[in-house]
Amino acid sequence: MTLKEVQEVLEAQVLCGNDECLKRGVSICFACDLISEMLLYLKPHSLLITSLTNAHVIHAAQVMDVKAVLFVGGRKPDQSVITSGELNKIPLLATQLLTFDCCGRLYEKGIKTDKQ
Amino acid sequence: MVDSLTYTPQITLEFKIGEKDFFVAGECASRVKKTLQQLGLKQNVIKRIAIIIYEAAMNVAIHATSGMVTVHVEPDAITIRTEDVGAGIEDIDLAMKEGYSTATYEIREMGFGAGMGLSNIKQCSDDLKIESKVGVGTTLNAKVYFQDQTRQADG
Repeated sequence: MTLKEVQEVLEAQVLCGNDECLKRGVSICFACDLISEMLLYLKPHSLLITSLTNAHVIHAAQVMDVKAVLFVGGRKPDQSVITSGELNKIPLLATQLLTFDCCGRLYEKGIKTDKQ
Repeated sequence: MVDSLTYTPQITLEFKIGEKDFFVAGECASRVKKTLQQLGLKQNVIKRIAIIIYEAAMNVAIHATSGMVTVHVEPDAITIRTEDVGAGIEDIDLAMKEGYSTATYEIREMGFGAGMGLSNIKQCSDDLKIESKVGVGTTLNAKVYFQDQTRQADG
């Protein structure tokens, strides 16, 4: 599933990331609102779903080689966080949907958590 | 804020962290990761080091009044040392317990303070030593060897 398809399925807005970025494929996903859990469980190339919108999300995403970040519940980060996403080449998306609905829709489309 | 990054011939990276300087903690991890990638270290080793630095630096920013993070690259390993001036840890065994936290609501709202920091550090370290004196400060020394590929943090 490409990030473009993720964007469509989750009715998301693209905060940063060009068309080329959105062609990236994503097959695993992780949802959480705790930075330490992100550092503990995130697998490389995951789509990270979170309702946290501070700069730490981008730092954690960068450290853990996240493919893209999706902010849920209509929350949007400040411009400085979006700029940081751009600089680190991490596409950022935002949706009005809540975490459960995002995960449910992606699961139906075949996106899973990592097996390990 | 992060211009305190300095290089010496032995490759030592140093970051100064002020009280509640939360942003710098994340920056440390990001910067060190990029530097270690340039050195050509293995991804899983880099990730473990970055996680240790992130958690340890956040601990300094959250609990101390000032501190220093030093990352020293040796031929066979990397040592990460944080040294801070602050409240110190009363009971290190208790602090190591997953879920135990003294963090405030403000910290938790940022996505930290879940009581997982020290256990994450322990999980990513080959050697870990913590010394603390209440009312004085805490010193943490973590070591990651390059050769041990059996305990990958990223699977």
